[in-house]
Amino acid sequence: MSSARDRVLGRVRAALADVPAGEDRRWPREGPEERPYADSHGEGPSLDVLVDRLVDYKATVHRVDAERLPAEVAACLERAGATRVVVPEGAPRAWFEGCPATLLTDSPERPRTLADLNGADAVVTGCAVAIAETGTIVLDAGPDQGRRAITLVPDHHVCVVRADQVVDGVPQAVRLLDPARPLTWISGPSATSDIELNRVEGVHGPRLLEVLVVG
Amino acid sequence: MRIALFVTCVNDTLFPGTGRAVVGLLERLGHEVVFPAGQTCCGQMHYNTGYRRAAEKLAVRFVETFADADAVVAPSGSCAAMVRDNYPRLGEGGSRLSREVAELAPRVYDLTELLVDVLGVTDVGAYYPHKVAYHPTCHGLRMLGLGDRPYRLLRNVRGLELMELPGATECCGFGGTFAVKNGDVSSAMGADKARNAVATGAEVLCAVDNSCLMHIGGTLSRQRSGMRVAHIAEILASTEKEAAHR
Amino acid sequence: MSGTFLGIPPFPDAARSAVEDSQLRHNLRKATRTIRGKRTEAVDELGADWMRLRARGKEVKDHTLRHLDHYLEELERSVQRAGGTVHWAADAEEANTIVTRLVQETGESDVVKVKSMATQEIELNQALERAGITAYETDLAELIVQLGEDLPSHILVPAIHLGRSQIREIFLEQMAEWGTPAPADLTDDPRALAEAARVHLRERFLRTRTAVSGANFAVADSGTLVVLESEGNGRMCLTLPRTLISVVGIEKIVPTWSDLEVFMQLLPRSSTGERMNPYTSTWTGVAPGDGPQEFHLVLLDNGRTDVLADTVGRQALRCIRCSACLNTCPVYERTGGHAYGSVYPGPIGAILTPQLRGMSSAADEALPYASSLCGACYEVCPVAIDIPEVLVHLREEVAEGSGHLGEKALMAGAGAVFGSPTALEAAQRAAGLAGGAVPRHLPGLAGQWTDTRDLPGLPKESFRRWWKRDGRSEG
Repeated sequence: MSSARDRVLGRVRAALADVPAGEDRRWPREGPEERPYADSHGEGPSLDVLVDRLVDYKATVHRVDAERLPAEVAACLERAGATRVVVPEGAPRAWFEGCPATLLTDSPERPRTLADLNGADAVVTGCAVAIAETGTIVLDAGPDQGRRAITLVPDHHVCVVRADQVVDGVPQAVRLLDPARPLTWISGPSATSDIELNRVEGVHGPRLLEVLVVG
Repeated sequence: MRIALFVTCVNDTLFPGTGRAVVGLLERLGHEVVFPAGQTCCGQMHYNTGYRRAAEKLAVRFVETFADADAVVAPSGSCAAMVRDNYPRLGEGGSRLSREVAELAPRVYDLTELLVDVLGVTDVGAYYPHKVAYHPTCHGLRMLGLGDRPYRLLRNVRGLELMELPGATECCGFGGTFAVKNGDVSSAMGADKARNAVATGAEVLCAVDNSCLMHIGGTLSRQRSGMRVAHIAEILASTEKEAAHR
Repeated sequence: MSGTFLGIPPFPDAARSAVEDSQLRHNLRKATRTIRGKRTEAVDELGADWMRLRARGKEVKDHTLRHLDHYLEELERSVQRAGGTVHWAADAEEANTIVTRLVQETGESDVVKVKSMATQEIELNQALERAGITAYETDLAELIVQLGEDLPSHILVPAIHLGRSQIREIFLEQMAEWGTPAPADLTDDPRALAEAARVHLRERFLRTRTAVSGANFAVADSGTLVVLESEGNGRMCLTLPRTLISVVGIEKIVPTWSDLEVFMQLLPRSSTGERMNPYTSTWTGVAPGDGPQEFHLVLLDNGRTDVLADTVGRQALRCIRCSACLNTCPVYERTGGHAYGSVYPGPIGAILTPQLRGMSSAADEALPYASSLCGACYEVCPVAIDIPEVLVHLREEVAEGSGHLGEKALMAGAGAVFGSPTALEAAQRAAGLAGGAVPRHLPGLAGQWTDTRDLPGLPKESFRRWWKRDGRSEG
């Protein structure tokens, strides 16, 4: 008996008998700048749009100057009463200057247990890219973002977004991202629309998303 | 202009007043109307129910009957849409039928398209002293893309008060054989449409399709709502003279 | 364990009881209207670019489908290169056997699941149960359906047919049997219900070592899989377990990573009416030290190649499962999803189910007629599937088959009447002679009309008779 792979591929080829043998298979046929749709939808200054969209989806947003960042990180954690805070090993130490919380560093090489993560009050990370138009923050497991689990299990995620990481539209973000890395796109705190199709915030992911927009 | 009338089988048999209204309206606007006697039915019911070959035969008859017309008007959005949108799907590519359809179909219009786009008129000089709501029937709305044409025509009718229909773009539930094959769902949709129509406070609900109006009107009548239905042609054909004669 | 769609009567009969269920009608009306409004807003926000994205979405999918063999092989190579294992399944049984074996090899008897249409279609949960493995649904709506031993009625929100108070009842009665019970003072506030689900599943997420998912997209050039979700249950399943098994229909492929530029805009706005869904996870094979260290991709045919072989019906494979066609459909709004007798309800189900199952029963043959052909589904479809065109195409298949003799006779009769103006005129005269009084109730199929609607009065003369009598020209 032939393998399932051969059978499925054979059926696909038989089903496509109408497609001419030499049909052009190049894809995409144009460069990134010539795509037949917009890169973004020109809705205003990137940072303003990003903040507006984040707030609309019930994230808490603070705009801060670079030098104020450590104080703001500490303030966010203090307001939430977070004393045990997960941080990726590669996050800049400067973010946590003067922060009274206990920092639990995590890395793929030295991962915290799930119980540790579940017992933590918050997590602080950076991001890879942010998309203004959709209010989306993308994590790519870079050094200041860490393993995917650390931004998932704690109930409070504080995310630092630098102004130079913000793009206007989805296509611009996709072009900057490396698909070989595990990516997590986050748009607001966890939510559900499963009850009467009304959006309710707060299910399995962090129920509090706090974004510090720097610059 | 010399305009060929495709009255449609439903209007011919059940709603001849609509055909007479189209004739009266176009003649009043100074045009000549002809009625090619070979016409019967566009084949929409056959096509939409899955009887493609029977529909093809009727399409052949249609293109033969109207081949020489400068413009064909149908007082039915869905029949005009059948010719314009679905005839090109009939017949094999390169066949005589597909060539003739490609040639004729662009000259086939719903009444409101003919008036606004071809004859360039939005004020047809009508008088109709009633509260009226307009239901945009699905094939006129989505296949022909009639847009605001019917509203522009109605707004220029003297004496007419145009009422806004809630949920206007929702299907009334007629759907040809759907009305009997899925009678329960069709009736539920019709009941909602009738409720929305009555809520407007209008005396008359109008549309570009008598088939949909037969369904909504039959529901309104069964409910003894007191609201009646009228094809838009009959409203546009009304004049003060006629009103005085009544 | 949730049931099966076997035994649900053909659409018109199933629809009858649905239409009469006032609670169901109320729930559906409320939910579909809410989401319809949100979708319109989210789509309008992109202005004219929406139609360009829609055209591109269609183009990407059409291109992929026309070269599907090539892209399947490319996807396989990419996933293997990234450390994943690829399996092929020609039908449901093969897929279920593969997944069951993979779970057994992990030594686990529990799996957590991310909402997946493909695994519902193949009834994977039932197959796992037969092998002594319990599959825990973690999407809130799927959880409701599973706890309530119900059937899904919507692609995106399988429990759309239930209102908040019904959901509360199910949680109170069933959660304890499956794990952490619901709090005794649970209210029907959606926030409280969501919190109950969080608590119920929390420990399960932290403990379970094997997960089963589907995928919204599979990217051929990079080997990346993509799951869009809202609650974080997807992230839990895709990140915390050691082993991840993803069952993905062969039509889910897009050629390149950059094609997501299009679909990440089309899908959230069409689906939940959001600019972006709360969470999207993408993964490419295995990431050392981060997430599952064993990844299996099961590529599923299960009738898709039959759909692909039909040059008109093929476009149904463009579907990205957004549910916009369900939410906008006036028929779905009044019947709900169960009447369609398949995990794929609504307009897309009416064209997909009979094609996947091969028009093998009266229920399948009834589905293409479960539409008034109003075209609202086509209008909102983000990949421009001309659902009315496919419905009519499938009706032709039904009409060409055996049976339906009464309808065929009627259609032949109508064909003869319309065959010439003379025949039509004769028929009109005969009707006129019979005319005058119009009956209030007709027997048989026509009774479907007169049960709820009056018939129009018959005119004294037809239009063509008036034309002749008036002495007008015949042009």
